[in-house]
Amino acid sequence: MDLGQINPLLLLASLMVAATPILLAAIGEAVVEKSGVLNLGVEGMMITGAVVGFAFGVNTGAPSIGFVAAAFAGAALSMLFGVLVLYLKSNQVATGLGLTLFGLGLSALIGKPYEGIKAPTMAKWEIPLLSDIPVLGPIMFRHDPMVYVSLIIVALTWYVLTRTRAGLILRGVGENHNAAHALGYKVIRVRLMAIAFGGACAGMGGAYISLVRVPQWVEGMTAGAGWIALAIVVFASWRPWRVLLGAYLFGGISVLQLNLQAAGVPIPVEILAMSPYLITILVLVVISLRGNHGAPGSLGREFHATH
Amino acid sequence: MTGDMRQGDALMTLEGLTKAYPGVLANDQVSFSLLPGEVHALLGENGAGKSTLVKMIYGLVKPDAGQMTLNGEAFAPVNPAAARAAGVAMVFQHFSLFDALSVAENIALGMDNPPSTRELASRIREVSQAYGLPLDPDRIVGDLSAGERQRVEIIRCLLQNPKLLIMDEPTSVLTPQEVEILFETLRKLTSEGTSILYISHKLEEIRALCEHATILRHGVVVDTCDPREKSARELAELMVGDKLHVPSRDPAEPGAVALSLSGVSMPSPSEFGTDLRNVSLEVRKGEVLGIGGVAGNGQDELLAVMSGEARAQDGSITLAGEEINTLSPGARRARGLLTAPEERLGHSAAPEMSLIENALLTGSVREKLVDRGFLRWNKTEKFARRIIEAFDVRTPSADNAAGSLSGGNLQKFVIGREVLQNPDVLVVNQPTWGVDAAAAASIRQSLLDLAHKGAAVIVISQDLDELMEISDRFTALNEGRLARPVPTQGLSVEEIGLMMGGAESDEVAA
Repeated sequence: MDLGQINPLLLLASLMVAATPILLAAIGEAVVEKSGVLNLGVEGMMITGAVVGFAFGVNTGAPSIGFVAAAFAGAALSMLFGVLVLYLKSNQVATGLGLTLFGLGLSALIGKPYEGIKAPTMAKWEIPLLSDIPVLGPIMFRHDPMVYVSLIIVALTWYVLTRTRAGLILRGVGENHNAAHALGYKVIRVRLMAIAFGGACAGMGGAYISLVRVPQWVEGMTAGAGWIALAIVVFASWRPWRVLLGAYLFGGISVLQLNLQAAGVPIPVEILAMSPYLITILVLVVISLRGNHGAPGSLGREFHATH
Repeated sequence: MTGDMRQGDALMTLEGLTKAYPGVLANDQVSFSLLPGEVHALLGENGAGKSTLVKMIYGLVKPDAGQMTLNGEAFAPVNPAAARAAGVAMVFQHFSLFDALSVAENIALGMDNPPSTRELASRIREVSQAYGLPLDPDRIVGDLSAGERQRVEIIRCLLQNPKLLIMDEPTSVLTPQEVEILFETLRKLTSEGTSILYISHKLEEIRALCEHATILRHGVVVDTCDPREKSARELAELMVGDKLHVPSRDPAEPGAVALSLSGVSMPSPSEFGTDLRNVSLEVRKGEVLGIGGVAGNGQDELLAVMSGEARAQDGSITLAGEEINTLSPGARRARGLLTAPEERLGHSAAPEMSLIENALLTGSVREKLVDRGFLRWNKTEKFARRIIEAFDVRTPSADNAAGSLSGGNLQKFVIGREVLQNPDVLVVNQPTWGVDAAAAASIRQSLLDLAHKGAAVIVISQDLDELMEISDRFTALNEGRLARPVPTQGLSVEEIGLMMGGAESDEVAA
């Protein structure tokens, strides 16, 4: 056992990379659920984003185009869910599960020709001046652009939800769709936009796995990241900054346990492997024990416009 | 009447408003006018057409015929937003608020062009202080009391500077202190020129607040008056109609006590419910006991404590002399105590299930529809068909979902299902609510027949005519307390009004 070979700086830096896919998917789902819709298809949208992003990235040689394509693919798949759930009034849980299964199958089909190919590398941004700060610089300011994009999305989501009228309407729709309808808000339109945003975020999160994190295409490579994202949204009490905390906690412990395994710590591998899940859930449960952990009042409920 | 003078400077006039629903003429040629700055009461029993009328003014329902004017101009709102834009605001009986959001956020959502958060918060403070309704804009609405929640709705209306404020039963969930504060606010508003259309069952409140009253009965304006010049008794007579129906049935010799409650108290299981306080009653075999009272005075709780859905905290409930307070609803059914609650869809019937399945749900024990854990569908279907035939339930077949039936037909099925199980005691809540006249008559007749065969029947209802028609003894619920029952025959409108008012019930009984 040699704990000395674990470099804390590298560890913290790779934490942000490990957490970004889950962070993207979770922040998107948080917005969807805030509007009152439960989309269990996150995993399916992520894996579709992963394969589409990879395909576009490889064919154009530009990862950025891959991310844009992945966002569109995720949003397109989510619109399938949106139409089924909002217009055809299908059951949200069953439709979401179906979307995940559909995404896994579709991605395997699209991905066949791309197996065994390496993704084009994404240049890291070394932010001038900030990246030269000792300790903090290497940890926080020498990453690929998507890490910063994901952080900007979290900040913007927080700002829009809590500080703007658009966010207030979205929360109102999620809290009591009948009252929102009675006051004249377009419940279905608001929800459709939220679902599209969630799909785009999940797609980008998936593409980050195939283009940056791994970086190649392997069937089923999201390996449950979408489900973790769903759990983080709930345990984070639907709050953007807590979603960030949960995702980084999960990412950090995932990286740490891999390092501990490599260092030969005398803890059974199985326990180390399950530790990110356990610890993330425990910490977020403890946080949400106090204070209001209110789920949006209309979450998962079917909306029928009256009069 | 000074109709012409009133119309000349009226804020709003209604001219021949008519609205028909299948089987019911909810409003028939309703005309009246509202002066600026007056509090105008709309009086009538349940089903008299008050709600339909205000929904037409607020743009929720479109009239079949008739016109409205506002400030002398034609007024025909296509939706509530159009009504709000024209200066009509409404405070609903059931609040339309967002629990998880703050007071300021709730109010902002109800405005078309809200100012910035900080400015809105200070305007809320300003307006709420000015009208004596203090409200902290940062509090979460879900944490507020019923009275404070209503303040949020009122402030939401006041910030739009309405010319006409409609209030539907605004005091039904308020404490007396909160009612006093509300009245102060309303008086201040009218002194500034806002008109208020006020709907309430509480006659004393109307006498204290309103300058003018329009009385509706069966959708028709039957009278107008100044409520300050009338007594509560006279107002009640105008609402009910001065001739009360004398039951034609001979009062039968009552038998042994079938069901008795003594000193029953129970905190309400629901947030806005009414606690039962020291309720005592006895009902004998062969008699019909009528329980009147305004909705929300403990009717649902009283039915629940008798059916076994809720347990009395204090007191005892005995069925044929045996204590049953700890028995489940199923065990009470087995012993002959059957109930039919008010809410047809979701409480007395499962809307998505067929009539056959619904027949099984309450009939399984007494009709022996379950045999060693297996359902006997043939027998159940026969039972369902028997109900459909005996009670003239109009349905294509017994396989139709309960929710697909009209209210009247489903109500006939629900009552018939209990009556045909030959109960010893039957308790029904609002047996003819929202049911057309013909169906209502047949339901009442079946309850009388049941009592004639020796069962004890308790009818909880807000329809005084109904209770006068079928009950042998009458009592009323007021804020969870039950007046002492008195014989219905010879009971005057005044005595009924006083019993529903609560406080003087003992004097009446004495």
